[in-house]
Amino acid sequence: MGKRTIVPFGPQHPALPEPIHLDLELEDETVVRAVPSIGYVHRGLEKLVEQRDYQQMTYIMERVCGICSFGHGWGYVGAVEGLMKVEVPERAETLRLVFHELSRVHSHLLWLGLLADGMGFDSLFMQCWRIRERVLDIFESVTGGRVIVSFCRVGGVQCDVTPEQVAKIISVCDEIEDEIRKTGLVFINDTSVKNRLRGIGYISKEDAMELCAVGPTARGSGVNNDVRDFTPSYKALGFEPVLYDEGDCLARCRVRIDELMQSLDLIRNGLRNLPEGEWRVPVKGNPPEGEYAFRIEQPRGEAFYYVKGNGTKNLDRARVRTPTNINIPAMVRMLQGCSLQDVSMIVITIDPCISCTER
Amino acid sequence: MNQDQNFEVLSPEAVPETAARLKSEGYRMVQICAITMEGASELVYSFDKDQKLLNLKVTVPFGTPVKSITPSYWAAFVYENEIHDLFDVEFTDSELDYKGNFFRVSTKTPWKGPEAKGAE
Repeated sequence: MGKRTIVPFGPQHPALPEPIHLDLELEDETVVRAVPSIGYVHRGLEKLVEQRDYQQMTYIMERVCGICSFGHGWGYVGAVEGLMKVEVPERAETLRLVFHELSRVHSHLLWLGLLADGMGFDSLFMQCWRIRERVLDIFESVTGGRVIVSFCRVGGVQCDVTPEQVAKIISVCDEIEDEIRKTGLVFINDTSVKNRLRGIGYISKEDAMELCAVGPTARGSGVNNDVRDFTPSYKALGFEPVLYDEGDCLARCRVRIDELMQSLDLIRNGLRNLPEGEWRVPVKGNPPEGEYAFRIEQPRGEAFYYVKGNGTKNLDRARVRTPTNINIPAMVRMLQGCSLQDVSMIVITIDPCISCTER
Repeated sequence: MNQDQNFEVLSPEAVPETAARLKSEGYRMVQICAITMEGASELVYSFDKDQKLLNLKVTVPFGTPVKSITPSYWAAFVYENEIHDLFDVEFTDSELDYKGNFFRVSTKTPWKGPEAKGAE
């Protein structure tokens, strides 16, 4: 047995965009055990439900995270609409789906860029983020915001899209599709990338299920718990989950690359079949007494939203369980037995969003 | 977009056995959350099987510990430690207990309001 050492990893680390701390117990250069520690950026956003009414909370929820902001807005208003029994127009539902998939495209491109940056492949990093800008341009042209788009409202969406905007979004999807395909091939075929990802950070299907992993982290090990797979509006557009069985960092990367292409198809199909009619319905009264649980598939995986009403304009509780929250145990398992030099790659491949996790 | 709602009430004593049974039946733990009520905390345990969500509501009087479900679902440590630090609900027999050091907050157990503290 070699000498055992505990090496602190984070909360500030070049590979980490946000703070998480790991105590890495090493035997020589091999990680024997990793103990995660969070809590550096807890903002108490859920507690603001005591001071903000249910409509104002939409804006708070969108600020849980800057990357999956749209999804948090949708998840929250979806739960409130369920509690208040609001029937959302089909056009609004489709527009939400389209914007959610656009968010997935920009989130996955951001992640691919961070992965490339993490392995020192800076030209690839810049290429990914350059493509991502086109998606942010779409957000800006429709909603006025590039990051926090504030598109979801209880009862529908903030604004309608014009036929010109629909045509523009479809044409941007067509233009970036080829760029994404070529960039994705670098991640799949480049030797230096493969050396950092293939066979690294393995987690079996059984362990991923045991540890309740979600999103690309689970789907890279062949576990399908994609919320979109039981969502009628997605199934109507021909959605099928992307699954890989290898369970390593490369598999999680490939899931996201394939999902990029899939999201572009969903966006175009959604816009080409965009129902006519209302895009928002008036919502009157306060949320009644009761509770509602709602799930959506965020770019990082399943997100859970729970609201509890008391008959007033203020909710008793608005809860978000984000995907990173439940992927931390799986990450700990991936780290067991890995080499110290691979820790940063493994941490990156669960796409950790700590501000989401801590809220 | 409506999603099926399935909420059931459970006693605190039945939590570990129910979690073990759900685990053996193939349920995935989705989350645990807490809500502060008058004189008690309400815990909502959510599980998923075949994309069907099961939510179990457990009312825990202040000061009463609850058995951890980490022996069945190890991943529950993230929720139990969070609820301990923010809501002051104690979980016993946890397989990974941070002993109040999971969240770094300036106010101790901020979600357990002043009314609740007065009831102690």
